[in-house]
Amino acid sequence: MGRYLLRRVLQMIPVIIGTTLLIYALVFALPGDPVKAMFGEKPVNDAVAAQIRAEYNLDKPFIVQYLLFLKNALTLDFGNTFSGRPVIDVIGDAFPITIRLALMAFVFEGVFGVIFGIIAGLKKGKWYDSVILIVSLLLISVPTFVTGFVGQYLFGVKWQILPVTAGRNPGFIDLLLPACVLGSVSMAYIIRLTRTEVASNKTADYVRTARAKGMSNRKVTMRHILRNSLIPVVTYLGADLGSLMGGAMITERIFNIQGIGNTLWQGILRGEATLVVSIVTLLVFVFVVCNLVVDLLYAVLDPRIRYE
Amino acid sequence: MTSQTPDTTASQACASAPLAGQERYVAPLDETPLQQVDSIDESQPASSMWAEAWRTLRRNPLFIVSAVLIVLVLLVAFFPSLFAKGDPNYCDLEHSLDPAGPGHPFGYDLMGCDVYTRTVYGTRASLSVGVLTTILVVIVGGLIGALAGYFGGWVDAVLSRITDIFYAIPLLLGAIVVLQMFRTSESIWKVVFVLALFGWVSVARITRGSVMEAKNLEFNTASEALGLSRIKNLFRHVIPNSLAPVIVVATTSLGTYIVSEATLSFLGIGLPSTMVSWGGDISAAQSLLRVAPSVLFWPSLALAITVLSFIMMGDAVRDALDPKSRTL
Amino acid sequence: MRLHSKVIGAALCVASIVAPLAACGGSRSQQMDGMIISYQASEPQNPLIPGDTNETGGGHVIDMLFAGLIGYDKDGNVVNEVAKSITPENGNKRYRVVLNDDWTFDDGTKVTAESFTRAWSYTANATNAQMNASFFASIKGYDALQKSGVASDAQLPGLTVVSETEFTIDLTEASATFPTMLGGEAFFPLPDSFYDDPAAFGSHPIGDGPYKFDSWTHNQNILVRRNDTYHGNFPARNDGINFVIYTDADTAYSDVQAGNLDLLDNIPSSSSVTFQYDPTVQAVNNPGSVLQTFTFPNDMDHFGDDEEGHLRRQAVSMAINRETLCKKILGGTATPATDFLSPVIPGYSDSLDGADVLTYDPDKAKELWAEADAINPWDNDTDVLKFSYNADNPSAKSIYDAVAHYVSNSLGIRAVTNPVSTFAEYRQEITDRKLKTAFRTGWQPDYPAADNYLVQLYDSAAADGNGANDGDYKSPEFDKLMDKAAAAPTIGEANEYYQQGEEILLNDLPAVPLFYQNAAIVSAQGVHNVETNWKNMPVLQDVTKDME
Repeated sequence: MGRYLLRRVLQMIPVIIGTTLLIYALVFALPGDPVKAMFGEKPVNDAVAAQIRAEYNLDKPFIVQYLLFLKNALTLDFGNTFSGRPVIDVIGDAFPITIRLALMAFVFEGVFGVIFGIIAGLKKGKWYDSVILIVSLLLISVPTFVTGFVGQYLFGVKWQILPVTAGRNPGFIDLLLPACVLGSVSMAYIIRLTRTEVASNKTADYVRTARAKGMSNRKVTMRHILRNSLIPVVTYLGADLGSLMGGAMITERIFNIQGIGNTLWQGILRGEATLVVSIVTLLVFVFVVCNLVVDLLYAVLDPRIRYE
Repeated sequence: MTSQTPDTTASQACASAPLAGQERYVAPLDETPLQQVDSIDESQPASSMWAEAWRTLRRNPLFIVSAVLIVLVLLVAFFPSLFAKGDPNYCDLEHSLDPAGPGHPFGYDLMGCDVYTRTVYGTRASLSVGVLTTILVVIVGGLIGALAGYFGGWVDAVLSRITDIFYAIPLLLGAIVVLQMFRTSESIWKVVFVLALFGWVSVARITRGSVMEAKNLEFNTASEALGLSRIKNLFRHVIPNSLAPVIVVATTSLGTYIVSEATLSFLGIGLPSTMVSWGGDISAAQSLLRVAPSVLFWPSLALAITVLSFIMMGDAVRDALDPKSRTL
Repeated sequence: MRLHSKVIGAALCVASIVAPLAACGGSRSQQMDGMIISYQASEPQNPLIPGDTNETGGGHVIDMLFAGLIGYDKDGNVVNEVAKSITPENGNKRYRVVLNDDWTFDDGTKVTAESFTRAWSYTANATNAQMNASFFASIKGYDALQKSGVASDAQLPGLTVVSETEFTIDLTEASATFPTMLGGEAFFPLPDSFYDDPAAFGSHPIGDGPYKFDSWTHNQNILVRRNDTYHGNFPARNDGINFVIYTDADTAYSDVQAGNLDLLDNIPSSSSVTFQYDPTVQAVNNPGSVLQTFTFPNDMDHFGDDEEGHLRRQAVSMAINRETLCKKILGGTATPATDFLSPVIPGYSDSLDGADVLTYDPDKAKELWAEADAINPWDNDTDVLKFSYNADNPSAKSIYDAVAHYVSNSLGIRAVTNPVSTFAEYRQEITDRKLKTAFRTGWQPDYPAADNYLVQLYDSAAADGNGANDGDYKSPEFDKLMDKAAAAPTIGEANEYYQQGEEILLNDLPAVPLFYQNAAIVSAQGVHNVETNWKNMPVLQDVTKDME
């Protein structure tokens, strides 16, 4: 187990280097000259533009830019944004907000997804199974930005139950609606996944055996059906935490949340390579760690899987 | 099968001559003749897993309903002019947001285009994005996930790290860049390609998980013991047995790809603007939510119905393929 | 170290997910005492340095913090601020500036002639990489400061300090309208402390305007408070302005409805049709100074700067119903264009010769199109007219969809849109002259004068990448009129030449004016004195609100 862990941690290094290189290349390949765009529709002053390019190393070849970024990143210097702020400060401001949002969405989708999924799976074919299924289908089939705007309009503007926007220093109440919107699609997935798994495990041989041996219904459900059904659900949840953080772009925009997603989107629009790469590296790191935890959980949930 | 108990002979003796007070009836052997355990009924046609599945499918009302809906959606996609007479690109600003009237059952959108005609003509582009992306994703993601899960070891390590990289890149960042590379292209393939490029990972993960589960099942150990090669075993036993979750994810994803196309449109990087699609219309209508909700409603409804029918179809297929859940 | 405290802060926030969350994050508390008006804004893209600010996010704040030689009243008329007098000499080639001697910066230091000359030289000097450097291009010696390796404190030779309260400006060419530029952000003075640490200044600016800087919480808000020592023409009637940063206009609008935000001048398209009738808010809607156009590149097939091109450009222009476009798509937050300036700019006229080319007349349009076909036929099977726009602009899509529909309906040709995903890429394509389609252009004036619209956009000197003449329009006749206007002794005479120039543009249509974007403002209940200025903004100094 210890060796397995070490190997996985070592594997993170190429993943992170690979991702940063890929992202850097992608941002570099982004059409449009970020320096020219700074001038808006006004004439570009070439001398000033050249000065700015030199300041941000934008005049150097791609690979040199990347290596300079890596070198500085090792000393935790991620450079400045075009507005002159240290990237590390920008991330430091935005990241806690996104963590809060993502964790709330994560808890929301995990708890409600699994609960409704189990209910639907155990009572497959009953009317509330159908209701749960239809609601989850609706969530999947409507784009997040529509869900977001409709939710914002109904809860925020029309009924005035929840804050319209999160804005400054968002707290639990401010993030409640955004978190539900962000987690809604994944929740629908989890409901479906759990339902399928529970339904198929319910008729599995070992469950029949356990029942035949006189095990109580409750124990069968808890110890056999749920434990075995949760394996794919855990995989999904683990992988989802990372994408919740990166995928909050739309939600953060709708609710004016100044998190990672919003910052990233602005960075992409402005072609700020260092900002985008720093954020994505962070997301990759979170993602890789989540995956490791998921794989370790596998071993706990399924005794047949052993890591050596 | 009854369990063999040591006092079989005693009970047999009892059967022939019940003791006084013993009420239990045991049928004599000549009324229920012994059957050969491994007998094959030659009169039945040979049954395969897929033929069996098809037989179950035909009797499933879920399948029938979804199949009818899908056929209908396909018909609309292939022959939109049968369903709507007008030109989806003919718009007159004078009719902007006019309510429904004769010949225009859904009213007009902001541009003064007929919402009904656009909803009908939008089917083809949206459906194509969903179907093509799903096919691509299942082939690529399924294969990579299966290989990783089945072989484990370094194959798994390398493939899993590659999936990590792809998964970690935000769809929008990748989409902006890749869509730019093909920006001159007027086809839907660029959107399909982008969605597949960042979508295969989720299928790969699910496949990997369920293959890891399936390969540890007893029948695999058995077939390997019988000398079946690992590759053959993968394709003949492991993949079919881990297909159920993949089908569920694929069918659900089909809908989300259509939805993602809408999100890309929302960001201004979706299908070419000359193409009529539900995604484009939904994203254009979302800002009218407070003014004219019906413009948003109709393409959303069409999208929801399509997604719904594909998911129901997926459920039906899964039930048919998974013999264990059939007894429900 | 900063990183550590942030990371630990983040970790603590994670740990306290269920506990009071409001305590996490940047807990910098700001006292909102007194009558503070909250106003929707966007995060400044550059440090808050006047010479480096060229977009509205920072510009609105800078305008409140600084006062220049002159200021503009809400109608765009010039009034003296720090300047006592600005007198032309040598046939408009030299200006002598005399200052009032009782102006001070927020740090107590005096505003002197050097406060201006040093600041202008700093901005003009390319070594300092200031976005507004080009504004000094007409001052003598500017070109020498554009070479690489110039010392960062090199001064503009065209500026001569005479005394603490007097300096002269030498121009390379005569210009009657030069003084009207001087109220812009690029020309604001800087205190001596700026040069010690420009970066620190950029996050905590010190000005001489009606407000003084209080605090800037990135991506959240910028707070400025009334400056009681200010004695210019635009004193504040409230206690401060809180610039609240939004990334989405819909959210800001919802906050005005809910009473969380006082003022908003960026009406989201979802509310543009309804905001004037929305009972939860107050609305102001006046014609504004931003002119929206689409430009035809000079080398575009069938639409070049020749007889055929002029006819087709006119046909396209007359194919568009601007009235309906403004009403239906923009909900009346725009006014159909009748010239190449704007109704709020001195020199505007709604009765120029040839202005009927900007009115909707599909029959005439078809005739003009047919005339062009006689010169060089348009093949409907292969030829397509494309309109490009940047897709990250929230309203461009619906506007250009409608334009394309009008053109195809009126002329019976194929007209489609070509969205380019980001502004950065869009501008790149334009500056590289890669777009061979009609493309969206808009102009927000830097100062309220006709030359800022006409010379910057259509003079040959501004073509080929030397200015904002993105279509590379070149007309010797037009250039001549611009030169005459610049040398005219009074602004009134200059404007006559400018109007003659506009009449040439109306025939050639290097760009087709669509509409003037209105100064449309929504304010919460209880907010008073909301008026718009020539910058399409509310006059922030005058706004007051009911206090409970």
